[in-house]
Parts: sequence; structure tokens; C-alpha cells
Amino acid sequence: MTRQEVDTRALRARYPDVFDRPASARLAMPAMIAAAFAVLIYGLVDLDFSPSRFLAGLSQLGWISLMMIPPDPGSSLPVYLKALGETLSIALLGTTLAALFALPVSLLAARNIVPSKILRFPVRRFLDSIRGVDTLIWALVWINVVGLGPFAGVLAIAVSDFGAFGKLFSEAIEGADQKQVEGIRASGGSKLHEIRFGLLPQVLPVIAGQVLYFIESNTRSATIIGIVGAGGIGLQLAEQIRVLEWQKVSFLILMILVAVAAIDFISGKLRFAIIGRRAVA
Amino acid sequence: MTTAVSILPEQQLAVLNGAYRQAVARRRLRVLFGAAIFAAALLLAAIGAEVNLRTLFTYFGNFVSYFDRILTLDSGQRVWTDVGEWLWGWRKWLKMLGETLLISYVGTLIGATLAFGLNFFAAENTSPAPWLRFVVRRLLEFARTVPGIVFALVFVIAFGLGPMAGVLAIAIHSTGALGKLFSEIVENADMKPVEGIRSTGASWLSCMRFAVVPQVTAGYASYALLRFEINVREASVMGFVGAGGIGQELVVAIRKFYYSDVSAILLTIIVTVFIIDITTGWLRGRLFGKEART
Repeated sequence: MTRQEVDTRALRARYPDVFDRPASARLAMPAMIAAAFAVLIYGLVDLDFSPSRFLAGLSQLGWISLMMIPPDPGSSLPVYLKALGETLSIALLGTTLAALFALPVSLLAARNIVPSKILRFPVRRFLDSIRGVDTLIWALVWINVVGLGPFAGVLAIAVSDFGAFGKLFSEAIEGADQKQVEGIRASGGSKLHEIRFGLLPQVLPVIAGQVLYFIESNTRSATIIGIVGAGGIGLQLAEQIRVLEWQKVSFLILMILVAVAAIDFISGKLRFAIIGRRAVA
Repeated sequence: MTTAVSILPEQQLAVLNGAYRQAVARRRLRVLFGAAIFAAALLLAAIGAEVNLRTLFTYFGNFVSYFDRILTLDSGQRVWTDVGEWLWGWRKWLKMLGETLLISYVGTLIGATLAFGLNFFAAENTSPAPWLRFVVRRLLEFARTVPGIVFALVFVIAFGLGPMAGVLAIAIHSTGALGKLFSEIVENADMKPVEGIRSTGASWLSCMRFAVVPQVTAGYASYALLRFEINVREASVMGFVGAGGIGQELVVAIRKFYYSDVSAILLTIIVTVFIIDITTGWLRGRLFGKEART
């Protein structure tokens, strides 16, 4: 085996952009990293991070984790199961309500249904502002209106998903194939016929898939909104954390994880059945 | 102008029509069946969630008038007639918003760093051992399935009230979410450079550093920016459980019925989220071009 002599000088001359990059290109990356790091340090100081506090909290956390074992519902298993059912109900009802209301509005926000930009613009901004407000905030507002309990949760999820669905549905509608709509128009169909027979058959499977996906993710959101008092398993979880019943807390967390996994599985199968192999998003 | 449409003879038409009706009827039956099951599930859910339409109708006026109330000042005027009065607490709110942004920034950065450290162990093609991959994957799954605010609730007790709990909660949740996305990028990376580096006798660490990392950094940065966007929203509600940020102010305003404050704080949050969305969108487009935007 022979070692080949490498002429570094010739290589340097041949590939100047590899060996002699301009200072600006060489320094850009380290400068960015340094800036990011500086902001990080400032943030840590400003948010009162201190090593001693961190370590104390960590050991506290260790104790908490130890006390969580083994997960044990005590005598309140029936209550928890009911709360879990409540959470699933909130997710299902909220998502369905949102989808029902969002469908007509999304038609108004779609470019191929409403060509006028002036009409579309306010609808879109309206949907954007609804989406800009978190589900938890909607839950607080609805609790003010209909009182504590799961009903407020249903309405909170319905409102915040209304914004998301309006956007997603209108995008699905804009992505639909126009040829079928033109076919209906050519055979003398009215505008409503175009939507019903030209557009909806293409769009509905996509929408159904999105709705199922949201039911899945709303199972998570529905557990969260219980924390501010909108019913479901989150309410139980927040209460048990406040009274430091760690075994119950870990049991509740396990229940949530299992329920979310089960819903994931079921809705995955259903989505597959509805949309088929080609468009599993 | 006349048009002629050729129509098939009666008998042929009858057969075709019959077959068509049968096919449609079968599909209708299936759809109907599905709809019935769905309706039953909804009914069950409605009972479970204590849905009471009477309450809704009685109080729906309240919901509409709530927005009327939050847009009215104490003096009875509309908020936009006296912006100075409406946004009276802007100094405090801006400070809290700054804290919210810092919480999400620090949380995202810590989360992304942890995810960066873990994702090579979770990816199919780079993980050194199957058992390690299994453990890391379950760990990431746990971190992303438990909602961030639940972590915040626990951390508030362990680390005390304040933004630190919020930062750590966001960091852990982001680790889970980003770890999965990062490892998917690694799984899509080209393995030929890895083989090249390994054939020179390099260690696993060098393989990662010189063969994988250069391929994946753009994707990583893009996802981290996206996560930052999501975390800003998340951080704005962390204050609900006492974990710092603007949420604290908002929850107090809502619970104590300081109506015009509610709309003012909501406005500042929405505007901030818009600005962050637009900025990160622009930054991602600028840094990575169109193909990395998904």
C-alpha cells in the first residue's frame, strides 16, 4: 500500500471557497450561536434560575416521583372512570360541534367559492383571531357564562376548534379539483349543485380525516381544560396534585396516557378506512 | 342551434339504472349505519358531559354580552374611544409579555438541546443498541403525551411558584415533541456519508458529528423555530397555574371580572402571537428556502 502525497497548496488554490472562506461566512454561525447563548443566559437570570433552587427542586421532584410509586387510585376508581368518560365526551362533542359550524363558514373563506377578496378577508381574520386565543382561555370565558362543569369544556373546545377547522376546511376546499365542479356547471347545475355534487364528494373524506385527528388531539386538550374547572379528568388531576396525593396523581396520569393511546389507535384505523391508502396525512 | 344527445334503448337503460341504484343503495345503507352509530355516540357523550341546552339558551346572551362587556370601559364608553384608559397597564403587561417570550425562548432552547442529544439514540438508523432506542423512545413519548400544563402543575410544587416551573415544563414537553421530529429527520438522512466516515475508522460520535449533523441541522432549526411559535402560545397560559408569564394577569382579570383588562390583555397576546408567527415564518423561509417549510 502506498501513501499518496497530497499537495495541499494546489488543493487550496483549486478550491478557495472551501479553504479560504470570507470572514463573514466563517463568523456568521459562531456569532449566531453566541447571540442565542447570551439571550439564554439573560433569560435564566431574569427568570430567577439559580443552581441551588434547581437542585432543591430536583430533589423535591425525586421525592415526588418516589411517592408516586405504585400508582393507586384508592377508593375513587369509579369517580375517575366517570371523569375519563366525561373527558372523552367533551372531546367528541366539542369537535363535532366545531366541525358542523365550521363547514359553512369555511366555504366563505375558500378562494374558489368566494372569489371576492373583500368578502373573504374579514372571514379569514375572524378565524385567525379565534385561533389566536388558547383553548384554556376560552374555557375560562365559558365558565363565566355557563358555570363550572364539563359543558363549559365542550363549548370551549367547540369555539377554539371552530377557528382551526375553518382554516383547514377552506384549505381542503381550495385544493379540490375544479374539473368536477365545471362538469356540473356544464350540465346545467346551479351553484349549490356545484358544491353538493362537485365539491363535497372530494372534500368530505379529507374533512372526516381531519375531524378524527382533532378528536384525537382534543382528548389531550380536554384533559387540560379540566385544570381551570371545566370538568373531566383534568379537574381530578389538578385537585389531587393540590392535595399532594401523589399515588392518585400517577394513576390519573397513567389513565390519561392509556386513554390517549387507545383513541390514537382507534382513530388511526378509522382514518385509514375512510381516506384509504393514498391520502393518510 | 340544435343538439342531439343519443339515448340508449329502454331495456339496456333499465338494466344499467338498476345496477346503479343497487350500488348507491348499498353505499347509502353503510353511510346511514355509520351515521347512526355516530349519533348514538354523540347522545351518550351529551349525557356524559352534562350538556344542558336550556342552560345554553338561557345563558347564550351572556356569552355575546360578555364580549360587549369586555369591550366597554368602566365609564361606559367603548374601549377604542379611549385607548390610553383601555391599555392603562401596558408597562406591566409588556413586561409580563417579555417574560412570556423569555419563558418560551429558554424552554424551547433547553428542549431542543435535550432533543438534539437524545434523538440519535431514538432514530432507527443511528441508534447504537435496540434496547437504548426502546428506552429513549418511550421516554420521549411520555414527555410529549403528558400535557405541558400538567408538568407545570407538578413543577410549581417542586420548584415553587414562578417562571422557572413554566420554563422546565415547556422544556420537557418540547424535548418530547422535538425528539420525535428530529429522529424522523435523521431516519430520512442519507447513510452513505456515514459509511464513508466509518470506513476511515471513526467512532460513533464522529460518524454522527461529521456525517449526520451536517445533513440535518437545517431541518432541526426549522422545527425548533416552529416549536418556539407553539411554545409562545403555551407560555401565555402557563400563568394560569402559577408558572409565570402574562397568563397570571389574564386569569386574575377574568376571575375578578375586570372586563376591559381582559380584552386589553387578550389583544396584546393575540398581537404578540401574530408577530411571532409572521417573524418565524419569514425567518424559516429566509433560512431554509421553500422546501423546508413543511
